[in-house]
Amino acid sequence: MENNLKAGYFPGCSQTGTAREYDLSLRSVAEKLGTELTDVDDWNCCGATSAHVTNHTLANALAMRNIVQAEKQGLTEMVAPCAACYNRLIVSQHETQIHPELKKEIEAILDSKIENPVQVMNIVELFTKIGADKVKQAVVKDLKELNAACYYGCLLLRPSDITHFDDAEQPTSMEELIKLTGAKPVEWNFKVECCGAAHSIARKDIVVDLSKKILDDAVAHGANVMVVACPMCHTNLDMRQKAIKKEYPEHKEIPVLYLTELIGLALGMDEKELGINLHTVKFELKKETA
Amino acid sequence: MTTHTSTHASTIADEIAEKTFQDVSLCYQCGKCSAGCPVRYYMDVAPNKIVRFIQLGFYEEALKSSTPWLCAGCQTCSTRCPQEFDLAKFMDAVRELALEKGVKVKEQDILKFHKAFLHQIENFGRAYEVGLVAEYKLKTMHLFDDVDSAPGMIMKGKLKLLPHVIKGRKAVKDIFIKTAEKKQTKK
Amino acid sequence: MKIGVFICHCGENIGRTVDCPRVSKAAEWFPGVVHSVDYKYMCSDPGQNMIKDAIREKGLDAIVVGSCSPHMHEKTFRKAALDAGINPFLCEMANLREHVSWVHDDIEEATQKAIDLTRMAVEKVKRNQPLATIKVPVTKRTLVIGGGIAGIQAALDVANAGYEVVLVEKEPSIGGHMSQLSETFPTLDCSQCILTPRMVEVYQHPKIKLMTYSEVEKVEGFIGNFHVTIRQKARHIDASKCTGCGLCITKCPIRKKAFNSFEEGMAYRPAVYVPFPQAVPNIPVIDETVCTYYKNGKCGVCVKVCGREAIMFDQQDKLVTEEIGAIIMATGYKLYDISKKPDDSFIKGYGEYGYGKYKDVIDGLQFERIASASGPTSGEFKRPSDGKEPKKVVFIQCVGSRDDSKGFSYCSKICCMYTAKHAMLYKHKVHDGEAYVFYMDIRSGGKMYEEFVRRAIEEDGVKYVRGRVSKVYEQNGKYIVKGEDTIAGMPVEIEADMVVLATAMIAQENASTLAQTVGIPYDKYGFFNEAHPKLRPIESTTGGIFLAGACQSPKDIPESVAMASAAAAKTMVLFGSDMLEREPVVARVNELLCGGCFYCRKVCPYSAIEVREIKDRNGVVIKEVAYVNDGLCQGCGTCTATCPSKSVELMGFTNEQIFAQIAAL
Repeated sequence: MENNLKAGYFPGCSQTGTAREYDLSLRSVAEKLGTELTDVDDWNCCGATSAHVTNHTLANALAMRNIVQAEKQGLTEMVAPCAACYNRLIVSQHETQIHPELKKEIEAILDSKIENPVQVMNIVELFTKIGADKVKQAVVKDLKELNAACYYGCLLLRPSDITHFDDAEQPTSMEELIKLTGAKPVEWNFKVECCGAAHSIARKDIVVDLSKKILDDAVAHGANVMVVACPMCHTNLDMRQKAIKKEYPEHKEIPVLYLTELIGLALGMDEKELGINLHTVKFELKKETA
Repeated sequence: MTTHTSTHASTIADEIAEKTFQDVSLCYQCGKCSAGCPVRYYMDVAPNKIVRFIQLGFYEEALKSSTPWLCAGCQTCSTRCPQEFDLAKFMDAVRELALEKGVKVKEQDILKFHKAFLHQIENFGRAYEVGLVAEYKLKTMHLFDDVDSAPGMIMKGKLKLLPHVIKGRKAVKDIFIKTAEKKQTKK
Repeated sequence: MKIGVFICHCGENIGRTVDCPRVSKAAEWFPGVVHSVDYKYMCSDPGQNMIKDAIREKGLDAIVVGSCSPHMHEKTFRKAALDAGINPFLCEMANLREHVSWVHDDIEEATQKAIDLTRMAVEKVKRNQPLATIKVPVTKRTLVIGGGIAGIQAALDVANAGYEVVLVEKEPSIGGHMSQLSETFPTLDCSQCILTPRMVEVYQHPKIKLMTYSEVEKVEGFIGNFHVTIRQKARHIDASKCTGCGLCITKCPIRKKAFNSFEEGMAYRPAVYVPFPQAVPNIPVIDETVCTYYKNGKCGVCVKVCGREAIMFDQQDKLVTEEIGAIIMATGYKLYDISKKPDDSFIKGYGEYGYGKYKDVIDGLQFERIASASGPTSGEFKRPSDGKEPKKVVFIQCVGSRDDSKGFSYCSKICCMYTAKHAMLYKHKVHDGEAYVFYMDIRSGGKMYEEFVRRAIEEDGVKYVRGRVSKVYEQNGKYIVKGEDTIAGMPVEIEADMVVLATAMIAQENASTLAQTVGIPYDKYGFFNEAHPKLRPIESTTGGIFLAGACQSPKDIPESVAMASAAAAKTMVLFGSDMLEREPVVARVNELLCGGCFYCRKVCPYSAIEVREIKDRNGVVIKEVAYVNDGLCQGCGTCTATCPSKSVELMGFTNEQIFAQIAAL
């Protein structure tokens, strides 16, 4: 395979724990597509919600340390598959670019110059970069049995004037991508509604309500699977279905796949290889008889 | 209620402007932010009203509200604001100021979660989920929440029993120290 | 030479920043100045009298007034000079307001600058020559561009005063947006009923030449003397033969290929059509893009059924030129369109309201058609998706207006009123229905307007909710409208059957291109600029071109009509005399020096330079020189800057005058 893509990889904390399967599936899929991912050296937590809601300097410094690490490694492109990490990284990068005084402050804290040559990509952009043709050619299994509700959540698209990624209200890029696998995207209402994100632990009640609303709408529009691109969304939509079921016994469960898992399936990998067996709501493709 | 005439009062609006690079007078109170807010129903005050409080100098009312703490940071408001006012960023600043001014935070659990989370990063450089949950539970005394899902998660290898410590642990710790120092000198 | 200097305080406008008495004192010492005073309002009657008296008593030859911009009061002071018996072009102005007090803070520095500017003006005026105004003839014919209510009113007023009018409309019929409306606020009279008689009057008026399906392509010349080229698009119907029987329309087999734009896309029209039954003229148009004949040369049903042989498939566009004295712009507006826009577009659609993908989320004009007795539902309230009567309708105001993020910053002005009307019309027909209006502020300034809105609320029970809607989405055939009542401080969610977006009035398609063609300035939104926002709201900055209606900014019908009549009155002022006076600030060629290189001719933007042959006594041409047509010259000075032999001078701004000014600094 010629012209193989090489990109930096910022896994983010979740990928080493609760979202282990996201990491697993991304690495497998990338390998299959001939994409070489280089982990950012000794990366640290992007600061996530907790940093920016309590101390904006800390938030920017934590995020920018990773950018600087990547910079030192000579990376020019870097994928942050977690939408929350992606958001923190790209926003901090933008802020330090447009506010020179902030940049100076962060440089002093990090004791390092910030050049900002690294382009941060989200997971969908990584696949766009790899190329639709390449993905399509690698597909060995038609996922036509899947009616997928693509869930973007909040942080993949916002703030739209910084991410410049897809339409902020009616996005379609994930749909375009999964169509390559034969899966059928469903039209539904809550592609960009928030699942409660970081309140997962401290205000489970909120997350249960919001996630239930999102899942129900997907089911009502004929989805038999949800596709996400964020470990936080996955935690809330998959893991919290147990709590939802407890609160609403009539709740109709729906499996939630990471985008990389769905693509992995189409590339011929099995559920276990992709870590799908680690999910709370079970998912298996129909066994072919042929 | 305080009024906007006191000189002490004007500083909070200024501090917010400084932290967010935007002026609160941009907001014309249409309420679209509140209309689209996913956690609106759980808040004690509508998000647009928090801006209103700051505009009028009713700072105490703004800082003690649960609203900034319940804000999930989803940026739906910022995305749809007709005045291109970044309310999510504004809420960040309000929370930060509430902490700086020592206002009693209504949503203690949320604050404790954030503190526990940052504590993990400060110690290990990354979020260590088992430690995070343990610390959070001890802080909040919600000892038995989610107790059903934890063993399963450990079996799945999702929750590691030992934290991963990054090499640049000291560098990260430094970041915490320096940003904390900055706040001290400001006071 | 005796020069008088008059320094104006302009109330506090200048006096606040410039020490006017000091400027006046300083001017006393300028060589040639024999009289210098300052006064609070030099433009007022006592101020002007001070100037006149000084001219007479001191025997002044020239004056300098240090006050505002010449744009504001040059005419005033020149007139005063003339009244007192000196040539008006021996009056110069030093701009101490726009160039000094409004742009500087430091009193010391500002005063020094004011003194310098005054000294420069004094040095200039010493070299001024008495000039005489130029007289040009006026063609007493008016071109009205746009056949909506503003254009119709303007055309009728001018024509009824006895002057000829050419009315150009780009659509196949006149009538504009008003012909689409159901009933009109605040009296609820039927729009068609009050408009169609006017349309017919235009058509039958002996002084009005109506050119529909036509567009202005080129405008040359100047006030009183425009040459206008108009493209008459091919209707493919011989207008002289067509009787408007409509047989071709009813027999045309193309029924569902083209959306009916008059019905705002909620119905189809055939390939040969008139926009609406009351169209004026009642002559159809064949749409080449959908007509089968233009695809494969077949069909021709219309040819067979037309008893008058009026179908002309091979008819071509025609260019017509007209001699015109005044132009009235009445090109109207277009409605903000909520569909998804290209990424590079300045305005964005409303993705949170579905970018127009929901059939029952409609805009203001679509609602008008649904409410109209002549509309696709014959005035019955039926929603577009399934034809059912909506029992709950939500109206959302300020869509595309007062929105820096997705539309325009300005207030679209009419939407508060049309929404109140919409809600009222709905409640009048669907008695058990509920109407909700989401608004930010209710702007109902106008005679009987506030009363009208109150009537909607108090008598018809329309519920007003103060807040912008964040999202509209479809669920089980209902539209969930998510809002917040900012007064109650409570979230509001309404399950509506239909949602009406009060979309903003925005500048007409290609308004800026037309403005450039005609030669008038426009604002950043594409609306045409008036010459002065308060005192000259009807005139454009280009002489002889006037503005009427929503092409200038969002306007309702009464305002558009008032403006149209005002524009008509302005043309009559222009036509009141046979000759026009123009400022003599034009270029002059020194024929002795001119080498005939004609660089000036190449650079002149107004084609004002002609070639003149100099002949000897025997009639033999010795040389060719440049000659300036006073009628066309706008005094821009490009030729004087270009001329290699410095043989062109701009009257009133000669090189000598300018250099003297510079030297005085």
